[in-house]
Amino acid sequence: MIKVQLDEIQKRLLREVADLHSVPEGAFNIRSNGASAGRQSTANIDIIPRPAGDGLEVRIKPGTKNESVHIPVVMTKTGLSEVVYNDFYIGEGADVTIVAGCGIDNCGPKDSEHDGIHRFYVGKGAKVKYVEKHYGSGTGTGKRILNPGTEVYLEENAVAEMEMVQIKGVDDTERTTTAELAAGARLVVRERLMTHGQQRAISKYVVHMNGDGATADVVSRSVARDDSHQKFDAVLVGNAACSGHTECDSIIMDNGRILAVPGLEANNVDAALVHEAAIGKIAGDQIIKLMTLGLTEQEAEEQIINGFLK
Amino acid sequence: MLELRNVSFQVDSEGTDKEIIRDFSLVIPDNKLVVITGPNGGGKSTLARLIAGIEKPTEGQIFLNGEDITERSITDRAKMGIGFAFQQPVRFKGIQVFDLIRLATGQKISMADACEYLAAVGLCARDYINREVNASLSGGELKRIEIATVLAKKPSLAVFDEPEAGIDLWSFQNLIEVFEGMRRDIRDSSILIISHQERILNIADEIVVVRDGRLAARGTKEEVMPSLLGTSSAVPGCRMTETVKGGAK
Repeated sequence: MIKVQLDEIQKRLLREVADLHSVPEGAFNIRSNGASAGRQSTANIDIIPRPAGDGLEVRIKPGTKNESVHIPVVMTKTGLSEVVYNDFYIGEGADVTIVAGCGIDNCGPKDSEHDGIHRFYVGKGAKVKYVEKHYGSGTGTGKRILNPGTEVYLEENAVAEMEMVQIKGVDDTERTTTAELAAGARLVVRERLMTHGQQRAISKYVVHMNGDGATADVVSRSVARDDSHQKFDAVLVGNAACSGHTECDSIIMDNGRILAVPGLEANNVDAALVHEAAIGKIAGDQIIKLMTLGLTEQEAEEQIINGFLK
Repeated sequence: MLELRNVSFQVDSEGTDKEIIRDFSLVIPDNKLVVITGPNGGGKSTLARLIAGIEKPTEGQIFLNGEDITERSITDRAKMGIGFAFQQPVRFKGIQVFDLIRLATGQKISMADACEYLAAVGLCARDYINREVNASLSGGELKRIEIATVLAKKPSLAVFDEPEAGIDLWSFQNLIEVFEGMRRDIRDSSILIISHQERILNIADEIVVVRDGRLAARGTKEEVMPSLLGTSSAVPGCRMTETVKGGAK
């Protein structure tokens, strides 16, 4: 068993971003304050560090089933800024789960920033479930900044299901996700986002469906509270007989602001593309209903938001 | 026991005060199922909302078990024992049927406990307990879940605002059975139903007729029903069948 030395704050961040209470089963790499704090490969999953120490290459053998890779990042030093490149090669017919995530605890005056660039090369018929959680804490005046970039390349009949969650504590985020889908490939994205205080979050998607039978479903649910600002910008491009759906469903509270810019581009007569976008405050009837069950107005709001982001 | 004492409710309608409820007094005793009926626009639903605290009277007082609750909030009244089923149940994205029932009971309950309330309203619990209370549910399903939340709350006064509105005939039959069951188990609580349906009027201990915001008549069904039959205040079940089939009255 590989020993991983982490302090209590780092352990708490790990719990928040990866539901990890101890060293995970299977392949993993834990990155802490700019360096690897522990790494383990398995018979089917190879984790190879980049020579410069700025990321990983994760190679998953064809046909690997029901295995997982954990690659959480925790940062507890103020003023740390890093760009990390992680490349995932998922072999044909594999079926794996990858859990990423970044937790920043910044108690100091300087900004802390982690920009994770993830590239997924998903082989024919392979399936990957990707879970990414972002979390920030700490009382310092320095900002907690996360700018993830994700590129997804799906070969024929490959499937990627991506769950991206950022509920608390990240001051500034610019997330860019691009995907290229071959015939029969499927991309499913579920994004959940809550911003508060003075936070700012931008989420951009550009999905190219290049082969017949490709499908994409990009759904974002978000809540903007206090004086926070969000932008959701999702573009689906249909270059073949494909189907795509994008949805932005948002609740605004206080002085929160949200800009939703759904974009569809059909370059083939058999491309079927749909977008939905709805922004509004919590419906008064919803609050009243929960108050008639004995909840206070504030408790009712919390329940509604918890449900919405569940 | 609930008492409305000289309650009036005005709204501002195009610059002039419009009186929806006028000097209305009524006592709903314990162990009784009372049905309020009357023509559309007569103020019935407003009365229900005034009782739940969603609206506040412009004049008069409301007492629950002797305590003046006129200035109490919706939350306070709910905690004091008032349950309220909406005419048009609210939908929630992401909140599951189990969540709503758990919130209604106000305590940590097991799945099995929650399922009992669904079974009581004729829903197969296994199929519904994890469903979201969203647009994927039909009007009839939502209505039954709404009633299940009121059952789960175990209120000392349960108020149902037109429970038959928007549901199909089969669900309606089930609904009557639910109310009959509640009536049997009433034990020191009371039930108030706003309804036009003759079959709901038939299970009432007492019928109250509201017209133009005023109390027009009250009494047992034997006393009140004869004057209502054939009017919009007591719609027979068969007419509902026609509405379902052809949309015509």
